[in-house]
Amino acid sequence: MTLDPSVYQDLLLSLLPELVLTGWAMALLLFVAWRHQTVRDLRIAGWLTLAGLVATSVAIWWLWWNHAGVAGLAGMIAVDDFRWVADWVFLGAAALTVLISFAYLEREQLLAPEYYVLLVFGTLGMMVMAAGADLMVIFLGLELMSVAVYVLAGFDRRRARSAEAALKYFLLGAFASGFLLYGIALVYGATGTTNIGLIGAQASFMAQPSLMLLAGLALLIVGFGFKIAAVPFHMWAPDVYDGAPTPVTAFMATGVKAAAFAALFRVMIQGFANIPAWHDILWWLAVVTMIGGNLFALGQRSLKRMLAYSSVAHAGYLLVAVAAGTAAGTSAFLVYVVAYTLMSVGAFAVLSAKGRAGESDVAIDDLAGLAGRRPWLAFALAICMLSLLGFPGTAGFIGKWYILIAATSTGQNALAAILVLTSVVSAGYYLPVIMAMYMKPEPIEAAHVDVVLDRWGRTAVAAAVAGLLIFGVWPNRLFDLAKSAGDSVQPAATTTAFPP
Amino acid sequence: MYARWVLTVLLAWPLIAGLVVLLLPARLAKYAALGASLIEFALSVPLWWQFVPATGMQFIVDRAWIQAWGIHYTVGLDGISLFLVLLTTFLMPLSILGSWSYVTKHESAFYALLLVLTTGMIGVFVALDLFLFYVMWEVMLIPMYFIIGVWGGENRLYAAIKFFIYTFFGSLLMLVAIIVLYLHAGRVTGIYSFGYVHILSQVKLLGPSAWWLFAAFFLAFAIKVPLFPLHTWLPDAHVEAPTAGSVILAGILLKMGTYGFLRFALPFFPEVALHQNVQLLIVALALIGIIYGGLVAMVQPDFKKLIAYSSVAHLGFVMLGIWALTLQSVQGALLVMINHGISTGALFFLAGMIYERRHSRLIAAYGGIARVVPLFAAILTIVSLSSIALPGTNGFVGEFLVLVGSFRTYPIATALATTGVIVAAAYLLTALQRVIFNPLTSPENETLTDLTPRELAVLVPLLVCILWVGVYPKPFLHRMEPAARQLIEQIRPGSTAAQPLSGGQP
Repeated sequence: MTLDPSVYQDLLLSLLPELVLTGWAMALLLFVAWRHQTVRDLRIAGWLTLAGLVATSVAIWWLWWNHAGVAGLAGMIAVDDFRWVADWVFLGAAALTVLISFAYLEREQLLAPEYYVLLVFGTLGMMVMAAGADLMVIFLGLELMSVAVYVLAGFDRRRARSAEAALKYFLLGAFASGFLLYGIALVYGATGTTNIGLIGAQASFMAQPSLMLLAGLALLIVGFGFKIAAVPFHMWAPDVYDGAPTPVTAFMATGVKAAAFAALFRVMIQGFANIPAWHDILWWLAVVTMIGGNLFALGQRSLKRMLAYSSVAHAGYLLVAVAAGTAAGTSAFLVYVVAYTLMSVGAFAVLSAKGRAGESDVAIDDLAGLAGRRPWLAFALAICMLSLLGFPGTAGFIGKWYILIAATSTGQNALAAILVLTSVVSAGYYLPVIMAMYMKPEPIEAAHVDVVLDRWGRTAVAAAVAGLLIFGVWPNRLFDLAKSAGDSVQPAATTTAFPP
Repeated sequence: MYARWVLTVLLAWPLIAGLVVLLLPARLAKYAALGASLIEFALSVPLWWQFVPATGMQFIVDRAWIQAWGIHYTVGLDGISLFLVLLTTFLMPLSILGSWSYVTKHESAFYALLLVLTTGMIGVFVALDLFLFYVMWEVMLIPMYFIIGVWGGENRLYAAIKFFIYTFFGSLLMLVAIIVLYLHAGRVTGIYSFGYVHILSQVKLLGPSAWWLFAAFFLAFAIKVPLFPLHTWLPDAHVEAPTAGSVILAGILLKMGTYGFLRFALPFFPEVALHQNVQLLIVALALIGIIYGGLVAMVQPDFKKLIAYSSVAHLGFVMLGIWALTLQSVQGALLVMINHGISTGALFFLAGMIYERRHSRLIAAYGGIARVVPLFAAILTIVSLSSIALPGTNGFVGEFLVLVGSFRTYPIATALATTGVIVAAAYLLTALQRVIFNPLTSPENETLTDLTPRELAVLVPLLVCILWVGVYPKPFLHRMEPAARQLIEQIRPGSTAAQPLSGGQP
């Protein structure tokens, strides 16, 4: 199915998933304006959200099944497999977040169904980011996502930590948006367009990239660096992840990060393929992020902060895939981000079951003896930790292996070596979690009696763990999907060039 | 037919049995686990007769697994891996039986982990696809980590994490090297595959990058062996692990390192491995291991630690034999690998049995117990003598072959290594004397009970092997000779012609 963006119907079709989700978000907003008092209303809002996410993914599936694509010149919206797969990741992350939110919101007395509306709008923003073939569209999506997530981070408004998280995230996020916007402006000044494909075509005509273009590129990387929490732009991440309600943290660590990376991939590979300067910048960014994230995480006692820093470290691994700059790197990113979403949500879900009144106080040692009391939860968390560590048999290993192949196939052996060496460091903070659960005795009798997940939280964790194990042993289908998605993001120079 | 399914079943059966055992109540778990491991052993025994020495790789199964990267499930067996697989299936029932009274908490989980570990270990020895090999190499880490960490001694957490991180560190660099080899072979031939034979056929043109790749493989395997400066995880892990853990660590896990050298590091990078400086380095490290390991063992107050350091020394002989690359020395190295599994395994069993009675591993806590527990004393004496390579026991055959074979290649190093045998006699005989002879001073030792029938059932098969290999090693040598010859031919073409040792005895 070939769509022509200049035709009205085709444009609507190519935006079908976003339109479905927008319509659903509006309807949901009306619903919660009408019913927002009781726990039951909250539940209904949650189920409606899930239904909306499913409906959207069905719409995406329909477009994917019919091989939707655009004819002719790149428009504002990309219609390719990369977008669909990325969208599925965001929707999956959002759905898992909803499942672990049910019990959490009730327990923490956060009885405001707007939570789910914000979640839907955040997801919508991510989808727009992944769809953007134009820097302006990406910026639009980024803002839509960020504003929703700023509010979500401060959703537990009675707690100072949560408010601090929201404010910090907002201030630094706004700052980052400024960088990004300035970068877009400079790139526009240098090339006369904000369309990513045309930027790529323009850049291929330049014998020497102009200073303005390079400055714009640098500012773009800084802006994205903030969003993906790459060292040295990661300062906000631990505090925000720590302060936000745990399901929101899971959503930020997976969906928000995946969306920022998806946009980064498209901009770098389609727009700046002919400017090799960014390879070096991202190379260093990846190295510093991997080393920094892992070393900082090593010093954490609190489980939630440890997971926050580990998410910085994983951003570093993903940057290795970006630095590879090939279709294999893009595919590796998609595989890795699927694995990362599953393992992070699983870990945060177990953490939310353990925590009471703010999970930031749960130290790793507080998990001591959990395996004796709650064997299945402990098993799930152990699988998530091993997957985060990149241990064979789990999806985390498959993702890491893919990134290593992508990096070494472009000759980046040093980067691959740094990746695995920093992974060894990460054993120093993932293993203590397993060690505490299985090898230390319960500090007091009945220390973990109140650690329970409700039915839906258990469903989410079970789904995550099953996914980790299945993709860890049998990733063939995931690979096929990721491969076609990775191949669909090609440098602009190979498409028809467009004279200025 | 047997040849088509045996290896797959050997891999799958313990895994399935492990999951079942995990769900059984504790009192049934140990019987079920013993039964499962005996079935595993029974399944593997026909390998001994079905194996045709002259054919090279056999029992091959090859199925596509992850097509996108050309990963196959490929397993096979040759004269090198045959004995390691049999050693594994032989030691597992004994380890399970030997743990019956030692392990008292979470029994189902313990036996389930032992069974899962079996899959990992056999997988390492039979994998002929580098991806599969890597997965198995890592997978066996987790059960061992839990076995040390949950059921170990006082310092178990430290020992467990040290064991894990050392091994993980080495193997991750090997992972990068495997990927580089894969891409290299893919670029040369256009076929991207992790198959062992495929990659082996394309390693000739690596050029200078072979040095780095060899270093990565070397690190992974040298940590596992362990070679001298990388051995520090071993005493901790061996001492803290429960009896079955120590037996398996010493008996099988250490052999993975030497097996890795034989199967991967040497055939892949012969030029680097046989470069003069590399030879010098490795032989020197092996020698240091032999002599330093022995000297450190001599001053250990803890019996288990003494055995642990004696392992460092024994594995030094293996490394010397492998690098000497003569037919005798390689066969001797293979034989030492098996012997060390049997003798050191038996020593760890004995140390565990006396520990269960007296709750002390200190040599000084004993003395004169030969009168109280004559059976224990007799068996400990035989096993110790086999460990110091007394003629007539298995230890002698292996070490003698290593020394005779290595003398041609490294006369001075071999002469020095011979002193290692004397050192071994010094530390083990002294310890033996202090434990079972000397006056009986401690009143607590007067009430020790002798070995039970169950413990005898664990030890007697090991004693039989000690004497069998010691008196009649021909069936072993006969089966490993073609594989050893082929290996040497591959690494150093034209060097085996002048060394007839057709299944001969020393």
